[in-house]
Amino acid sequence: MASIDIANIRKSYGIHPVLHDVDLKIGDGEFVVLVGPSGCGKSTLLRMIAGLESVTSGEIRIAGKRVNELAPKDRDIAMVFQSYALYPHMSVANNMSYSLRLRKVAKEKIASVVSGAASKLGLDPLLERRPRALSGGQRQRVAMGRAIVREPKAFLFDEPLSNLDARLREQMRAEIKKLHKDLGATSIYVTHDQIEAMTLADRIVAMNGGFVQQVGSPLDLYDRPANLFVAGFIGSPGMNFFEGTYRNGQSPRFETKGGVTIPAQVHAELADGASATLGIRPEHVEIGTTAPDALKATVDLVEPTGFGIILHLSFGKAIFKAFTNDRAFLKASGEIPVRLPPERLHFFDADGNRV
Amino acid sequence: MRAKPILLMTAHRLAILAYIAFALFPLYWLLKVAVTPNDLLYSEGIRLWPSRATLDHFDFVLRHSAFPTFFKNSLIVSGSTAVIVTILASLSGYALSRFNFRGKYWLVALMLLTQMFPLVMLVAPIFKILSPLGLTNSLTGLVIVYTAFNVPFATFLMQSFFDGIPKDLEEAAMIDGATQFVAFRQIILPLTLPGIAATLGFVFTAAWSELLFSLMLISGNDQATFPVGLLSFVSKFSVDFGQMMAAGVLALIPACLFFLLIQRYLVQGLTAGAVKG
Repeated sequence: MASIDIANIRKSYGIHPVLHDVDLKIGDGEFVVLVGPSGCGKSTLLRMIAGLESVTSGEIRIAGKRVNELAPKDRDIAMVFQSYALYPHMSVANNMSYSLRLRKVAKEKIASVVSGAASKLGLDPLLERRPRALSGGQRQRVAMGRAIVREPKAFLFDEPLSNLDARLREQMRAEIKKLHKDLGATSIYVTHDQIEAMTLADRIVAMNGGFVQQVGSPLDLYDRPANLFVAGFIGSPGMNFFEGTYRNGQSPRFETKGGVTIPAQVHAELADGASATLGIRPEHVEIGTTAPDALKATVDLVEPTGFGIILHLSFGKAIFKAFTNDRAFLKASGEIPVRLPPERLHFFDADGNRV
Repeated sequence: MRAKPILLMTAHRLAILAYIAFALFPLYWLLKVAVTPNDLLYSEGIRLWPSRATLDHFDFVLRHSAFPTFFKNSLIVSGSTAVIVTILASLSGYALSRFNFRGKYWLVALMLLTQMFPLVMLVAPIFKILSPLGLTNSLTGLVIVYTAFNVPFATFLMQSFFDGIPKDLEEAAMIDGATQFVAFRQIILPLTLPGIAATLGFVFTAAWSELLFSLMLISGNDQATFPVGLLSFVSKFSVDFGQMMAAGVLALIPACLFFLLIQRYLVQGLTAGAVKG
C-alpha cells in the first residue's frame, strides 16, 4: 500500500490540452473517486497514474518515488477495466494468476493466493471456466480477483461497473466497498455516476473540462458545492437553479429574472444588485407549507419513484423540482404553496463560484 | 403457416447446392480425366464417368516423371514463404495497428502502391536484380520474391485482425507485469490464431499456384515447382491430359491437408467473451 502524489500534472494531445495543472495527494489506504462527465479527463488521469498514457508535464509519485518514466509493469499497481479485459484464452484461475506467473512466484504460493482470492469473491466453482462462459457480474469479479491476488501498491478502477445492470451494479458497489474495508488498499476509482462516487469515496475529486472543480468528502460536495458545476453534478434529482439579482438591505432577498422574490440570508460577498445564481436541492424545497412567506408555484408534473415523489414545478417560466416523501402530493395539481428556506439556499456569483 | 418457411429453406439449400456443384465441377473433371485410360479419353464422348477407370496415370507420374521433385520444391517454397510472410506480417501488422509513428501514412500508401503493378512488368527487373546475386534458378530466390510480393497484403490482413482485438487486453497484461512484447506474444498472438491461420493459408496457396515468376526465374527440372512441372506434360505435338490431371490431383492434396489443419482456427472467433457482457 502506498500514497500517490500528483503534482501539477498536465496532459495534451498535440495542441489540445485535456488536463490542466491537476494537483492531488492521495493518502495511504484512501479511497478516492474521480467523478465527472464524459471527456472531463478523469480516465486520462487514471491512465497516466497507471502508466498507459505519458505525462506531458508535472510529476506522479507512488510511495514517494517518481514514476513518470516507469513502464506500467514497474509501477506495481493493479487496474480493473470497464471492459474487464479478461484474457479470453485463459481459464479464470490463469487469468487471476497471470501477474504472479509473470513474476515467477512459486506454484504453491500462486495456488494458495488464487484460491484465497477466489473464495473471497465467490469464484471457487468457476476457476476452470473460460471468461466467455461467465456472466457479466462473474467477469467483473474475476477482474477484481486479478487485481487483488498481487497485493499491489494501489488499485485503479476505470468505470468498472458501467457494463452491469442496475441491480448488479448496486451489489458490486457494496462488494467493492467491503473489499476496500478488508484490504485497506489505496484506491482510485473513476466513474461518471455520482451515486457511486457518493457511496464509495472517502474523498471525491469532481472534474470538468480537464480542471479539478472540487476535492472533498462526499458530504462536503453535497452540502457546500464549490461552484455551479459541482452543485449541478452531485445529487439526484439535480439542484435547482434560478438566475437573478441579489438584493441587500433591510430584508436580503433574491429576485429571479421572472420577477419572483425569494427571501435570503445575508451574503456579504454579494453586492446589492449583483447578478447571481440561486441554487436549492429538490429535497430542501418545502411544499404545502402554511408559512407566511410561502410562494405560489404551479404543478406541471408528478413523478412517483416509489421511494418518494418528484414534483415538477414552475414560477412562471422558471421551472424547478421538489422531492417529497409525502404521498399526499401524488394528486397535487394547480397551484401549491412553496417555501425555499433561506438557510438551505446556495448562492453562486456571476462566475459560477460559491459565495 | 409453416409451408412457406420450409419452401424457402429448401430453395435456399438448393441454391447453395447448385453453387457448390458449380464451384467444384472443375475439380471433379480433373479427377475424372485423371482416372480415364488414354484410349477412352477421346473415344467415349462426354461422359460423367469413364466406362473403365485406372490409376495408371498416377502410377506413371509418381514413378517415371520428375513430379516428386516438383512437388518437393513446391512444398519447400510455399511452406517457407507462408511461414516467413506470416511472421513478418504479424509484426508489421501489429505495428500498424497499435503504434503511431512518423511516416505511417506514407508507409501504408507505399505498400498499397506495390499491389497496383501488374506483376508481368516486374519480371525483367527482378530477374536483373536476382541474376548477379546467383538467386535465379534457386528456390531461395523464389522464396524471396514471393515473400516480397505477399508481405504487403498479408500485413493489411493481419492488421485488420489485430484491430479487432481490444487494446484493453494488452494494457491489462502490461499492468499485470508484461512488457509490450510479452503481452504481444502471450496475450495478443494466441487470440490472433484465426488471423494467422487465414494468412498462412492465403500465402501458401498463392505461392503454391504461382506460375509466372517460377517459370521466368527457374530453368531446368531440378528447381522447378509443380505449376511449371505441369507444363512439362505439354509437348510439341500432344498434351498428356491423363498424366497432367493426375499430377494436378496430387498437387491438390497438400493444399487440402493444409486447410484441413487450419480450418479450426478459420471458423473460430477466439475473442468472444474477452470484453463486455
